[in-house]
Amino acid sequence: MPVITYRDALNQALREEMQRDDRVFLMGEEVAVYQGAYKVSKGLLQEFGEMRVVDTPITELGFAGVGVGAAMVGLRPVIEFMTWNFAVLALDQVLNSAAKLLYMSGGQYNIPIVFRGPNGAALQLSAQHSQSFESWLAHIPGLKVVTPGTPYDAKGLLKSAIRDDNPVCFLEGEMLYNTKGEVPEGEYVIPIGKADLKREGDHCSIITCGKMALVAVQVADQMAKDGIRVDVVDLRTVRPMDVEAIRTSVEKTNRAVVLEEGWELCGIGSQIVDYIQRDCFDSLDSPVVRVHQADVPMPYAKNLERAAKPDVAKTIAAVRKVMYLD
Amino acid sequence: MAKKKNDAPKTASDPALNRDLLRSMLLQRRFEERCAEAYALGKIGGFCHLYIGQEAVSTGTISLLRPDDYIITTYRDHGQALARGMHPRAVMAELFGRSDGCARGKGGSMHMFDKSLNFLGGHGIVGAHVPLGTGVGFAIKYRGGDQVCICFMGESVVNTGAFHEALNMAALWKLPVVYIIENNRYGMGTALERASAIHDIYERGASYNMPRAVCDGQDVFAVRTSMQEAIERARIEQTPTLVEVRTYRFMGHSMSDAVSGTYRTKDELEEYLKRDPIMLLRMHMQEEGELTEEDLHTLDEETKVVVQDAWDFAEQSPEPPVEALFEDVVVDTTSEALAEPVAAD
Repeated sequence: MPVITYRDALNQALREEMQRDDRVFLMGEEVAVYQGAYKVSKGLLQEFGEMRVVDTPITELGFAGVGVGAAMVGLRPVIEFMTWNFAVLALDQVLNSAAKLLYMSGGQYNIPIVFRGPNGAALQLSAQHSQSFESWLAHIPGLKVVTPGTPYDAKGLLKSAIRDDNPVCFLEGEMLYNTKGEVPEGEYVIPIGKADLKREGDHCSIITCGKMALVAVQVADQMAKDGIRVDVVDLRTVRPMDVEAIRTSVEKTNRAVVLEEGWELCGIGSQIVDYIQRDCFDSLDSPVVRVHQADVPMPYAKNLERAAKPDVAKTIAAVRKVMYLD
Repeated sequence: MAKKKNDAPKTASDPALNRDLLRSMLLQRRFEERCAEAYALGKIGGFCHLYIGQEAVSTGTISLLRPDDYIITTYRDHGQALARGMHPRAVMAELFGRSDGCARGKGGSMHMFDKSLNFLGGHGIVGAHVPLGTGVGFAIKYRGGDQVCICFMGESVVNTGAFHEALNMAALWKLPVVYIIENNRYGMGTALERASAIHDIYERGASYNMPRAVCDGQDVFAVRTSMQEAIERARIEQTPTLVEVRTYRFMGHSMSDAVSGTYRTKDELEEYLKRDPIMLLRMHMQEEGELTEEDLHTLDEETKVVVQDAWDFAEQSPEPPVEALFEDVVVDTTSEALAEPVAAD
């Protein structure tokens, strides 16, 4: 099977969906002539022309709204945010327009739109460019929130997101674009809302999503050398969340670590822990431990940034803690 | 490019058209008078923003549209919904929060929608719907259609970032949208002069190199003349226009706001009431011999019957069933997205 980058997997998904459906177009900053700030849209302008691959001014609130308006009357926009950090400027259109129009109109206007772009921290981009928005977005009824961690998941889920008749927030990662993985040639889709077991084990569950799935897999592989078998549940979608997959894993391992890229308070992990205490209370052999970003704006200095981010070492320590190994 | 206030001579009077215009404006007026009554009785809740005084803008504009054109607007949306032909029963039932409302009782006063009429809704965040209107224009151009999108807004919108971003893109990409600013002088209780550095609002169009116009919003014929030109420019030349319509709201900002007192005087209000758009049209028709007192009385009585029917219908319409609470949050995606995934190996 071909091994390609996460970036190329997204590019394939966009190309295939634009070939399949004339209503699909890509809009955002630098997506056309520049070929994408992260080259996700490379070659698309040449193939599809400027009406379907549209460069915008730096105007997030505006072009997010243009996407919603176009979706109201039957197009299927893919709106690229150069990063989700900039999408904060467009949050009103995501929250108040895209997510609510179906409900407010009594079911008349569904909004088939994808908002996509990199989420979370890269390297030394400091406070305003290193934020994780999955919990903010997942809070909102009417949205779907997808967080693929691998090239295979990225392609299959982006195709599903584009075909979905609802607004989908699609969270990628600067640090993921160059990662490689097996991606089959030809058509496949991955249903939104289905978790994937990235590693199987019966000693402890790690429940995670997005970029942190890669960290969790490293943790599992490293701990396997010491005979510790970790179950890695990659949620892949945080809204709707695959609660069944969480339950199945925790009932098997009786211990859980919840790993996320963002901040602690009201994070995705808070919700996962709530599901666990509700559904798996009698299965737990130890309290659930969370691993997350330090509760500070992201610092610039390398050593401070490292200290702020969740990583393999912190996650291993958490697994050891829930297993009472220390 | 800017146009002075339009006082071009009127074309020959068209009695049948004028009667339709009068009927439309009268319906909005009588309907909203009953809204105020229903609000006082607690039958309508939440925020309720009346359009009384501005009816020439909705009627004058919408009377020029084709059925396949689009309209998007703000939370002050009852008048435009009725002018577009939404059934008064559906509008009143929505206001009463009933299941036969146009949004099944989930939207209320600020969120009237009717997909069958391309009425894209009342939107509640000031300025936020303006980029949506631009997006509708984008979709028309994308498909190569010749429809237009009418985007109504109040004058307070022009100070939002969304307005600026949306108009810039519309002019940059030459989209078939007519942006109509209903300048009713006050954004809630803040006078235009206290909110905008520019008082001739249509001049904002200069920032985007956009054709622009200003007209008298109390005179339905002046509105039609201005809009005719703007709509043709959108339909034929795929060029947007910014039209400032100078009007006045005879009621408070919403039902919880006194008609006059804190931010405007009774004298000012009374001065504007002398230019009631319905009265001006009626006087024109009477001068032209198109309308007798008896005709007017009959038309008014017919309108009141329609509104009473809407009231009765709304009152009898059931409350939405509790099961509806969780409906319409997301649609079931029945497309191929849910097809079995092809195995990775």
